[in-house]
Amino acid sequence: MKLKTILKKGISVLAAGSMIFALTACGGGSSSDETSDESTGTDSADTESTSTDDSGGSGEGVTLEFQQWWGVELPEGFLDEICQDFTDETGINIELLSNPYADTKTQIAAGAASGTMADVVGLDGSWVYDFAKQGSIANLTELMETSGYDDSQLSDQVQFEGNTYMIPVVNFAYPMYVNMDILNEAGVTEVPKTRSEFLEVAKKVTNPDENVSAFAIPLSTESPSGIQNNFMSWLWASGGSMLKDGQPNLTDNEDMTATVDFIKQLYDENLMIAGTYAMEEADMVEEFTNGRVAFMIDSLAHLLTIQEGAPDMNIAFMKVPVQDGYTGESGMDVANWGIGIAENCEYKEEAIQFVEYLMSPEVNAKLAVAANAFPGNVNAEPDYADADQLFMDAYELFQESYAINEFTGLPTSEELMRSFDEQLQLYLDGDTASAEDMLSETQTIWEEAFQ
Amino acid sequence: MRAKKVSNFKKKSTPYLYLLPTIILMFLLLIIPIGMVVGYSFFDNVIINDNPKFVGLQNYIEILQDKTFLIAVKNTLYFVGVSVAAHLLLGVAFAMLLNTRYLGTKTKALFRVLYVLPWMFTASVIAILWKMMLNPSGIVNYLLEVLRLSGNQIEWLGSRQFALLSVTFINIWSGYPFYMISILAGLQGISTDLYEASSLDGANSIQQFFRITIPQLKPILISLIMLDFVWTIQQFALIWMTTGGGPINATEMLSTYIYKQGFSKYQYSMASASACIVLVVCTIIAVFYVRHQKARD
Repeated sequence: MKLKTILKKGISVLAAGSMIFALTACGGGSSSDETSDESTGTDSADTESTSTDDSGGSGEGVTLEFQQWWGVELPEGFLDEICQDFTDETGINIELLSNPYADTKTQIAAGAASGTMADVVGLDGSWVYDFAKQGSIANLTELMETSGYDDSQLSDQVQFEGNTYMIPVVNFAYPMYVNMDILNEAGVTEVPKTRSEFLEVAKKVTNPDENVSAFAIPLSTESPSGIQNNFMSWLWASGGSMLKDGQPNLTDNEDMTATVDFIKQLYDENLMIAGTYAMEEADMVEEFTNGRVAFMIDSLAHLLTIQEGAPDMNIAFMKVPVQDGYTGESGMDVANWGIGIAENCEYKEEAIQFVEYLMSPEVNAKLAVAANAFPGNVNAEPDYADADQLFMDAYELFQESYAINEFTGLPTSEELMRSFDEQLQLYLDGDTASAEDMLSETQTIWEEAFQ
Repeated sequence: MRAKKVSNFKKKSTPYLYLLPTIILMFLLLIIPIGMVVGYSFFDNVIINDNPKFVGLQNYIEILQDKTFLIAVKNTLYFVGVSVAAHLLLGVAFAMLLNTRYLGTKTKALFRVLYVLPWMFTASVIAILWKMMLNPSGIVNYLLEVLRLSGNQIEWLGSRQFALLSVTFINIWSGYPFYMISILAGLQGISTDLYEASSLDGANSIQQFFRITIPQLKPILISLIMLDFVWTIQQFALIWMTTGGGPINATEMLSTYIYKQGFSKYQYSMASASACIVLVVCTIIAVFYVRHQKARD
């Protein structure tokens, strides 16, 4: 009996101890390289700046927190190495807070609201306006002037009221992917260059019996980036613009009306894959990888994923077809890994030093190669020698185009995309009579957001 | 005398001291945040606004006049009503199956595990799973075509016709095990004497079900319905990850409406006001639930 009691108590203690151990283990450490897949933003306590200062100007002993999603998308240990090199050079420590993209956005938004943002933050261009308006991110123009940095070497700067708040570190272009196997099977040997050629090819390749469609456009309102990356790409490819003097210009805009009607035509003639209203970018990539879509506009960052999922697929890149008769330069949609400094950062001098380090030609080139992206410094010379030939093809197309993304720096960018998405869906479904009506309604909604 | 007073005070305060840690935690993590959100709802905008202005009930008026909010209310009522009813019916049906005397213990144990599986998954897993299955090129459409029940690819989550029905179905699938387990426990608590006595009086199985089983289960059923109502009205993750409230507001719920107000439009005060409306509804249900529980005791 006594032995039984001892055993019972022993097992209870063991169980309780295991639970406590498991809880502490799951609580996460505070080491310099912290990653988490939790979507609840449990690391909010870490967004508070833990910078310490032992000395003044040299930066020695200062620790900067760098919150980003890049670490989880770069080869393992790469970003740590970059930061360690910076520490060796300057004595400034970098504490990496790496989380997936969506979690990073949530944590940065929470940090912005509570004034406890990490010192240096990875930013998406569509976040800049709102954070800058809130006063949560620092004016980089002033910091660059103070430090004497030559900003002419930057390929782009995202600004708010004339001042820079975000610098794109690397750029991801959005060319058009082509499944050449589908084209070859349909007897198409050349990729289309204009919209009417595209329509012709689309009709040839679409085969409902084989479950093959010409094009996919993700229009889920959960993540309405399809409007930016997959819809506006058509407009920008033909030199069009959705803005005029920084304000919405959707009505009396022939290029915009033509683009809306073009997508409508693709939809009405069943040339687009089904399920578009619930489709997200990842779903579109999956459809393409599974050989059900001939053409899609997508980030170059997904090339490796597609090649791994469909190693035998004959993939090619092409520029987004232009409006018939257009002969000017084509714009290519870009997304980027941007960088900014928190307004609540106590060590802005050291922080801008780190930003300048990441933007230096040598480091920027290394980052671009590792990320399969294009550099944000115009003087950077990335060594793509080991890169896939396809990547080089896309780089060539990028160099023949101009980088554009009109949503960066706009107020409530995501909401602008969402409202455009909803109005487009109404038009595609026939609820709205014409593209002009659809654009007029969207213009009204957008103008409210700009006030 | 004084010593006696001190001793009495110590005796009376001891239970509160034991409760103090929990009360402090609840105060910090529940009362203060709720108070702050209620406070936010009376200002023109907060968090991103350094000088918020008190606007009284203006936010509430604006929200109640917002077309999208009214659509969200309508969709939420449909979603909650159908989910709760279906959970109840399925829960009772499966619980009765698992309590039947016509199957062996091992068989019932196996099916209990199978039937409870949907409850094991988190909302993210459920959303991903069903998105894949309900994809126009997914298994559901494939089976419908093979069984010749459909000739076209149905856009379950992508069409206004089917989206709300689809997310409601997914919610029903993921939530019925809670009812099933609770009702099963209730069924096993019903004395068999009642059934024996009713058999002697000539009652058939349907009469036994409506005259004995349901009345005996009534307290449990009412509790389940109230809890499920509160939980379902707050369902966010499932809706957001399947349809995001689309297409074109077809699955817009109060939860997604609040999220978009706060994190997409940065209108934290409007989001707070919408959340307070949901809070009021849930509090009313909670009051009835507590009164019902007290009456049972």
